Amino acid sequence: MEWEVILKWLPKLMQGATLTLELTAISVIAGLIVAIPLGIARSSKLWYVRSLPYAYIFFFRGTPLLIQLFLVYYGLAQFDVVRESALWPYLRSPFWCAIITMTLHTAAYIAEILRGAIQAIPPGEIEAARALGMSRFKTLVHIVLPRATRIGLPAYSNEVILMLKASSLASTVTLLELTGMTRTIIARNYLTVDMFLTAGAIYLLMSFVLIQGFKLLERWLRVDACQGR
Amino acid sequence: MALATPALEIRNLHKRYGELEVLKGISLTARDGDVISILGSSGSGKSTLLRCINLLENPHEGQIVVAGEELKLKKAKNGELIAADGKQINRMRSELGFVFQNFNLWPHMTILDNIIEAPRRVLGQSKAEAIEVAEALLAKVGIGEKRHAYPSELSGGQQQRAAIARTLAMQPKVILFDEPTSALDPEMVQEVLSVIRALAEEGRTMLLVTHEMGFARQVSTEVVFLHQGLIEEQGSPEQVFDNPVSARCKQFMSSNR
Repeated sequence: MEWEVILKWLPKLMQGATLTLELTAISVIAGLIVAIPLGIARSSKLWYVRSLPYAYIFFFRGTPLLIQLFLVYYGLAQFDVVRESALWPYLRSPFWCAIITMTLHTAAYIAEILRGAIQAIPPGEIEAARALGMSRFKTLVHIVLPRATRIGLPAYSNEVILMLKASSLASTVTLLELTGMTRTIIARNYLTVDMFLTAGAIYLLMSFVLIQGFKLLERWLRVDACQGR
Repeated sequence: MALATPALEIRNLHKRYGELEVLKGISLTARDGDVISILGSSGSGKSTLLRCINLLENPHEGQIVVAGEELKLKKAKNGELIAADGKQINRMRSELGFVFQNFNLWPHMTILDNIIEAPRRVLGQSKAEAIEVAEALLAKVGIGEKRHAYPSELSGGQQQRAAIARTLAMQPKVILFDEPTSALDPEMVQEVLSVIRALAEEGRTMLLVTHEMGFARQVSTEVVFLHQGLIEEQGSPEQVFDNPVSARCKQFMSSNR
């Protein structure tokens, strides 16, 4: 191992890691916000409310993130409407293309997690809320969502880790996040194995921190104590 | 007194599941302070009857009147009667307490939070107000020291008493008990029954589906025996337990002595 060279490039790698974290954090948070209405609609008893999120989830789960990313990055510019719109300054930047794609992609998975969590709530707990006079909406906000959060949190943390790693695909649209930065550095110093090993170690460190964070969150929300009865 | 508006009136209630008719026209009146026990073998429709009263199940026919106010119902496509007025059903449910066999406490909230949730969200009480009421109720059902515990940390009997406190916090006009002790270990049955007995002695209006014959006999002002979706026998506890008229009721009483 060329420790000195690694050390020399470490600041650059950290810069890449910061972008990786930004991409991941923004997309999993925005994805969650998009997923909440999707997941609620997906668990509806009415088929026509269910069908739209179903189609959305079917598309985004059924195609590779890389292809979605290419479609957004190369495809959007084909449309005059897009190029002339006020959003074009954003839509032409690879950063926002990656954010949009990752958000839409992860939202599909999170919506499925949320649907599963909502459907896993014992029906009696929802009946109890309704029997006390809480409306459908109040029950959703005060009972169903807090309860589903706890049921779905372990799966959500899994999805966040997956997105952390999937963000490396953003390097294919010129973004110098951790993977992209590593490849750029390798093009300069030819230390392929050393640099990829270092990048891998940084990914591992970031997942470790995230896992620990979610562990704390689970403890704080008493996830374990809520399972079963 | 005799002309006073009944606390709860059920008229000609019908309910079926597919082809199976579970309730075939039940009428029942509870005046203020009545404790009506509903007995019957499993499958006789006791729980269904209770769940139809606050529309946890949707009946196919019938009327429900709480303190003189009739619940507005409309026919759904599948033939069931559903609430016609969302605001009204929510208000009426808050006036009809319901105690479940499985307690159905919310496991992610402390006992205190379980109790103050509905008064805050439905009655619009402030948190301080709701806590004051909740603590008094918890003391009353004998689990005041458990207010910061979570449901999973309580025994079944304690959970059911917490669930009763949660129902009482809504100041219901009528309380419906759906086999409140059936999910409990035998040694915990008494602590829950004594809470229910205390409520009966306070003069609360209650409907009680139970298999606890001795208890039903002690606390009830009226006993109803349900058989195959119909009221087979109805009257004072002495009459129904000691001198039942119908053959089916006689048989049931002798086998449950």
